Amino acid sequence: MKAKDYLTDQDVRWCPGCGDYSVLKQLTEVFEAIGADPDNTVLISGIGCSSRLPYYINTYGLHGLHGRAPAIATGVKLASPDADVWLVTGDGDALSIGGNHLIHLLRRNVNVPILLFNNEVYGLTKGQYSPTSQPGQHSRSSPLGSIDQALNPLTLAMGANASFIARSMDRSPAHLREMMIAAKAHHGSALLEIYQNCNVFNDGAFERFSNKQHTIDHTFHVEHGKPILIGKDQDKTLQLVQGQVEVIKLSPAGDLSQAWTHDIHDPIKAYALARMAGDLRPFGIIYQCERPVHEQEVHRAMAEQGQQSLEVILHAGRIWEV
Amino acid sequence: MPDSSHKIVILLAGDSGDGVQLLGSQLTQGAAQSGQDVRTLSDFPAEIRAPKGSIAGISGFQFQMASTAVHEPGGQADVLVVFNVAAYVKYRDQLKPGGILLASTDGFDKRSRALAKLAPDEDPLEEARVSFRTLECNFQTVTKEALKDMDLGSKAVSRAKNMVVLGALTWMYAFDYIMVREALANKFSGELAKVNDKAFMAGYYLGETAEWSAFKHVMPSHTLPKGTYRTLSGSQGIAMGLAAVAHQSQRELVFAGYPITPASDILHELVRQRSKGITTFQAEDEIASVTAAIGASFAGKMGVTASSGPGISLKAEGLGLAVMLELPLIVINVQRGGPSTGMPTKMEQSDLMQALHGRHGEAPMPVIAIKSASHAFDVMLMAAKYAMEAMTPVMVLSDAFIASSAEPWRIPDLSQLLQIRPTEADISRMPYERDAKGVRPWIPVGTPGGAHRLGGLEKQEGSGEVSYDADNHQALVQARQAKVMGIQSSYPELTLNLGSKSDDMLVIGWGSTYGSIHTATEQLRRQGHAVAHLHLVHIYPLHPDLDAVMAEFKQLVVVEMNQGQLVNVLRARCPKHMAFIGQTSGKPFDALSLTETLLNTMSS
Ligand code: SF4
Repeated sequence: MKAKDYLTDQDVRWCPGCGDYSVLKQLTEVFEAIGADPDNTVLISGIGCSSRLPYYINTYGLHGLHGRAPAIATGVKLASPDADVWLVTGDGDALSIGGNHLIHLLRRNVNVPILLFNNEVYGLTKGQYSPTSQPGQHSRSSPLGSIDQALNPLTLAMGANASFIARSMDRSPAHLREMMIAAKAHHGSALLEIYQNCNVFNDGAFERFSNKQHTIDHTFHVEHGKPILIGKDQDKTLQLVQGQVEVIKLSPAGDLSQAWTHDIHDPIKAYALARMAGDLRPFGIIYQCERPVHEQEVHRAMAEQGQQSLEVILHAGRIWEV
Repeated sequence: MPDSSHKIVILLAGDSGDGVQLLGSQLTQGAAQSGQDVRTLSDFPAEIRAPKGSIAGISGFQFQMASTAVHEPGGQADVLVVFNVAAYVKYRDQLKPGGILLASTDGFDKRSRALAKLAPDEDPLEEARVSFRTLECNFQTVTKEALKDMDLGSKAVSRAKNMVVLGALTWMYAFDYIMVREALANKFSGELAKVNDKAFMAGYYLGETAEWSAFKHVMPSHTLPKGTYRTLSGSQGIAMGLAAVAHQSQRELVFAGYPITPASDILHELVRQRSKGITTFQAEDEIASVTAAIGASFAGKMGVTASSGPGISLKAEGLGLAVMLELPLIVINVQRGGPSTGMPTKMEQSDLMQALHGRHGEAPMPVIAIKSASHAFDVMLMAAKYAMEAMTPVMVLSDAFIASSAEPWRIPDLSQLLQIRPTEADISRMPYERDAKGVRPWIPVGTPGGAHRLGGLEKQEGSGEVSYDADNHQALVQARQAKVMGIQSSYPELTLNLGSKSDDMLVIGWGSTYGSIHTATEQLRRQGHAVAHLHLVHIYPLHPDLDAVMAEFKQLVVVEMNQGQLVNVLRARCPKHMAFIGQTSGKPFDALSLTETLLNTMSS
């Protein structure tokens, strides 16, 4: 199937220019690339702009309740462990009203990729500050600037013992596709944070990470086994000083032996990278590990214990004849 | 005494650590196997281990046994067995004057009296000897003596005391002691089995040696229909009922729950029974458990969830979604005293309005009420039938009393069980294209060629695509309602539980009040009053013949454990005066006082 064949005939109702269009497009291309089977693919979403996505994709889909997509997805996977379930959610959906469900999904390691559209604002309800909004952000519900600390989805996921944590953005289509494919290939819950521009209520929130003129000073890409190199000249790297990440210059220049080599399996370093929420941020797979998958464990345990027939259950324990 | 020789109410009470519930369940099992009909009532404190010896920490187990059919655990007790003075103080008012008090005197010493907050010189046994026929025995000493060659600490000895009492009562009522012994041997293993058996036999011989013959009472046996029997609690009835659902529908089930008293026992039972085709899931909260069940139904399994009052409030959002998605779902509410945390271990029927209306939007769903432990089994089949055949969530109402009460139950013949035909995955129809009964197809995830999108937004009739069209919404609100009303066509006939249409007064009840109302009505009929009893199982939609039945009677009275919920539903559809008898004490109606109240209602 071609990418466009994965689209339904429904009119897409996002605002013109919204970053959601890019995510939708990349997802259909990923579906083409991996040969997704529409009969066995399920998109589960909550409520919000991003959560409308399942209506536009020609697979099974369920547009559920605000925040509850992880729980619905868990139910689908328990009932149908072989279904390819994807979770589609936003910052308000996954981190505010659905925060509890998200951490338990990650903790259990249900085998689903999670596309978390982070636009740092509530779009569908017309522009209130969200749990990922930066302190000081002006919005309809915070006209003088938000006083709340912003929640960092990546460190939250680390805290919930997630087995795959990655970041990408709407404006980097190739990278986004690569991350989606990696998230799908991962065995377990795969949290992919996607910086998504809401051009109506929070335009430019990620400008410094996405505008070609600035990206080089504000972003770096991490790849397993590769050195982390920063800056136009790729002459800087990171180091951990008392638990904090610091940018240092390679000296002598070009001596990669000093560079921070990214190890997706190192939880301490991954956490340090995930914590980078300032002007310089990592993109790519930050952390990944293999651990048992919830629905498989459930079915393995059931098979091990053995299941009893109705006849046996009814006659178990003390019975007597009259 | 008129019929006391054939009906005996025994109340057992002690500290949480005295093993009163175990004693109760073994004793009722023995009674049932010896040919008695039995109904039980457990009275738990809300705390797991309240301070030892305190009144707050006392747990009780009451049962009524009879050589004729019984329907409720009885009112005032004929026999009260207490392990300590706190238990006596808590329950003395529930023992009939002249009743038998069996007291374990080791629990009446100075220390125990202090723990029960009695004055140091106050000996309640003195008063007891005047009001009751007392049997005083130091069960701690008897147990110690019985187990003396087993080298046990005093704690272990204390724990076996309940087995001595089990033996003594088995002797007193001439239950088949071989069966009781066998049941113990089945339940326990190793050293503990030996200890319990020794203690049990010591208790059994105690009656003879202590010359309690005057208290011995041989019960004539009850003639039950032939068959294989077991005892069944309400939670077991639900769990086994769900196993039967998997069997009858040939569909697997996913049960998702979150710990809450008293609904958790359903999850425990399901985990324990390991039924073929049932996956259990302990979710992170109530909301997740209902939505995971919905997810399972989308994937083609029967989603089931259970909770109690406040948990059902949390699930309400999910129930609205299930109505909108038109997916099968069973929601069980094991009601308890509310609002809020209220009385978590006590019974109440105060969630009926919540079941009918506790959702946003026009969200009709069938509501069925369980009336007893064995009825729970049948209701689960009914609920699943409506859910899977009409593609709708179904609410089942149980309560704290039904959950833990037990009764002998004839194991049904599998060929006689209700047939369930789940809606088919007919992909020739659009996702929301209804059949003649107004039911859309059930197309599980993975069905080839069946890919479709569901969602909480209003659907276009037929295609199921999002629609904000006004006329379409109007039509779909009505279609969802009509579909739910459609289940009335598979209701069994509405029959009076007692009496006939020519009687003057009709007593209407629902749920766990069944036993008390039945007993009270029976009593009134014996006294020559023209009273009938109708117990409603289908709360929504009500039975289509109900109005006609109500019209036949001169007087109508509704009895329920709340401040008037069903009565208001019925008053809205019946022009006649309808009397109401309510109670919210956390305890079932006492059949005797209910008889009197009904009598007063009749003559007023
Ligand atoms: S409100 Fe913002 S996030 Fe929502 S569709 Fe419009 S631009 Fe996109």
